[in-house]
Amino acid sequence: MLKDITVGQYYPSDSPIHRLDPRTKLVITFLFIITIFFVRYYSGYIFVLAFMALTVALSRIPIRYILKGLRPLIFIILLTFFINVFFTPGETLLFSFWFLRVTEEGLRQGLFMGLRLIFLVTGTSLLTLTTSPIALTDGIELLLKPLRLIRFPSHELAMMMTIALRFIPTLLEETDKIMKAQMARGADFESGNLIQRAKSLVPLLVPLFISAFRRADELAMAMEARCYRGGDNRTRMKVLTMGRIDFAAYVVTAALIASVLLNTYL
Amino acid sequence: MEPIIQVKNVYYNYANQEGEHAAALNGVSLTLYKGEFVAIIGHNGSGKSTLAKHFNALLQPVSGDVFVKGMNTREDDQVWNIRQTAGMVFQNPDNQMVATIVEEDVAFGPENLALPPDEIRRRVDQALLSVNMVEYAQSAPHFLSGGQKQRIAIAGVIAMRPEIIILDEPTAMLDPSGRKEVMDTIRYLNEQEGITIVHITHFMEEAILADRVIVMEEGKIVLDGPPREVFSHVSMLKQIGLDVPQIVELAHGLNEEGWSIPGNPMNIEEMVNILCR
Amino acid sequence: MPVRMEQVTHTYMQGGPFEATAIFNVNLEIHDGEFVGLIGHTGSGKSTLVQHMNGLLKPTQGTVIINDIKIEKGSKDLKTVRQQVGLVFQYPEHQLFEETVEKDIAFGPRNLGLSQEEINDRVKEALQLVGLPFDEVKDRSPFELSGGQRRRVAIAGVLAMKPGILILDEPTAGLDPRGRDEIFREIQVLHRKKEFTIVLVSHSMEDVARLADRIIVMNKGQVALTGTPREVFAQADKLRQMGLDVPQITNLMLALRDKGLDVPVDIYTVEQAKDVLRKVLEGKRHA
Repeated sequence: MLKDITVGQYYPSDSPIHRLDPRTKLVITFLFIITIFFVRYYSGYIFVLAFMALTVALSRIPIRYILKGLRPLIFIILLTFFINVFFTPGETLLFSFWFLRVTEEGLRQGLFMGLRLIFLVTGTSLLTLTTSPIALTDGIELLLKPLRLIRFPSHELAMMMTIALRFIPTLLEETDKIMKAQMARGADFESGNLIQRAKSLVPLLVPLFISAFRRADELAMAMEARCYRGGDNRTRMKVLTMGRIDFAAYVVTAALIASVLLNTYL
Repeated sequence: MEPIIQVKNVYYNYANQEGEHAAALNGVSLTLYKGEFVAIIGHNGSGKSTLAKHFNALLQPVSGDVFVKGMNTREDDQVWNIRQTAGMVFQNPDNQMVATIVEEDVAFGPENLALPPDEIRRRVDQALLSVNMVEYAQSAPHFLSGGQKQRIAIAGVIAMRPEIIILDEPTAMLDPSGRKEVMDTIRYLNEQEGITIVHITHFMEEAILADRVIVMEEGKIVLDGPPREVFSHVSMLKQIGLDVPQIVELAHGLNEEGWSIPGNPMNIEEMVNILCR
Repeated sequence: MPVRMEQVTHTYMQGGPFEATAIFNVNLEIHDGEFVGLIGHTGSGKSTLVQHMNGLLKPTQGTVIINDIKIEKGSKDLKTVRQQVGLVFQYPEHQLFEETVEKDIAFGPRNLGLSQEEINDRVKEALQLVGLPFDEVKDRSPFELSGGQRRRVAIAGVLAMKPGILILDEPTAGLDPRGRDEIFREIQVLHRKKEFTIVLVSHSMEDVARLADRIIVMNKGQVALTGTPREVFAQADKLRQMGLDVPQITNLMLALRDKGLDVPVDIYTVEQAKDVLRKVLEGKRHA
């Protein structure tokens, strides 16, 4: 059933990586992405690979599960690979057919870019795999809090994310129900050309929007009845605290950054 | 008895599609007392939901006054105190949960009251215990049944330590077992924790359980009293389109035929006792 | 025979991690012109069962036969079945989407590719069947009607498909007693005067007892009991074991019998109870 889809693919566990403060994980993921773009030689990837291996091992998530997350992106990874292979100018011709030339430089570049993409995807997916959506929104809210000074609505943004996550399963279930109700009245969502198909969605989308607005209205009233009045003057049951484990994570990340920079610039 | 909610000659109207004002409350006066379990019945559009929303300042009267523990709902600086004192549970269990994890949702109210974290934790645990949902603390709302979701909504209100809970048709969308779960929870809170209950419902079996039943029709209170007395007005209730419990209807019918079924029996046990005397 | 199910099993998400069998080896028949009450608590497989009756779901095993059309795993083009069996979902007013009542009811007939004339006739007839005045409501937006009226418009939208069989899933959920009585009155008219075969899915024993000729009780994905209301409610113990209740009147009779009174326990309406109690009271008067 549609409602069984888990958003963010959180993989529940009690590993050291799961226990890290979500802020730490957000910051490190951000630094990790930047660091990858500083890698210039294949040897630089050794450090990245070591860092990833350590994180995955500590997170106790099966490798198979992580690799599964790459599957929907195979097309993009292959595309990147081939574009680089065919369009990198180079001298050493390996082989050619028709107008395509494959050079040694091209092949190197293609592999390099493919690997970069794979590291990027697995690195960021580790964040969502080890952090529950609710911890993630809390982390984002706190990290963005200083921006309140320039009137950036960090609390509102986090609240919106939470409510969206809360209502996705509900609305998926509702979509399923309305779709069936219209099919019982002879609606056809599967055949016809693009325009016909788009048109056939009207009987689905209109009721869905109406329902979403009604829900929003009722939710707003329920929140008001529970004394919600925005983010000011609000406390939280779970307070995020950074500990020794977060400190260790920053040290390891610093080591990664240092090694990559040394590898690139020395 | 100590009055807890006082409604004094309240009028309220909604603007309809054509911009005309449709009267929703037509001069309602009422006093609710601490510790009471009150059921409000009436068909759709009789004004019962509108009245309930006046009890926690979600609506304010056009004329007249509502006092909650002496606080006037018109005074803006009292609104949050009033809402903390009089908590509200709504009809649709899906549309009143905010968080993706049960215990986080229960914490939502106390967080809004800016309580210290360990106090919130304590209240959340206690509230989950009161509604008997401790083992679901870490669940996601969409995996719960309707009855369970309503119990979580009740827990979310209890965690704010209210003195009154107003339930606006909390059982309308539930199946019989869900309805029973919610009713058991409400009765427990009323009897064991002394919370004043205002329960709005279409189900007469639920109204029977209350200490006091208020019947609304066209924005007015037409009957107000203990269930036994209210349900003795069988023909009046039927006339305004409400049900009477089958046992009440049976006793009433036999009495009309000239048989003597004394004492307005309301449930099977009472009926059996009368018949087997 | 409008509906026949032979050893029907349905498993959701077969082979996946969330695999769940909702109905298992169900055999049943619904006869022409019958009024069947379908009861069972949430999760008993009722919803899955009725969705098989109009081809929204296909059995993972077994066969469903609707008016001689066979539905099996892999059957295609079930539009004809959906036309012949109208399914009114819970809270059907949530499916309304058009600007006017008329257009919304015309949605089904239009999908059938009928002529404009025929569509107009059907819309008029459907509105009449649910007791709404065509001229007054046809140009109004469904969203400005009252809750009960909106629900009737939604039911009219299904009736305009001209099905021979009508399935209603909790058609009175969320309505007040007056709205409930109105809907039930119309369903009875559809059954008696228009000779629809009706399947009513409900939680309320009282309602089912009052309306249905035959009751099918679902439990754990299987048909647990079937028979006339009298036959089914006579098995109060079995029903209670399944987490269902019997009508209050039946419960009263059971309690009286426990006290040693000689009363029948297969009755379920206030009128029947009056007849019985008159005799009891008469007897006491003479004693």
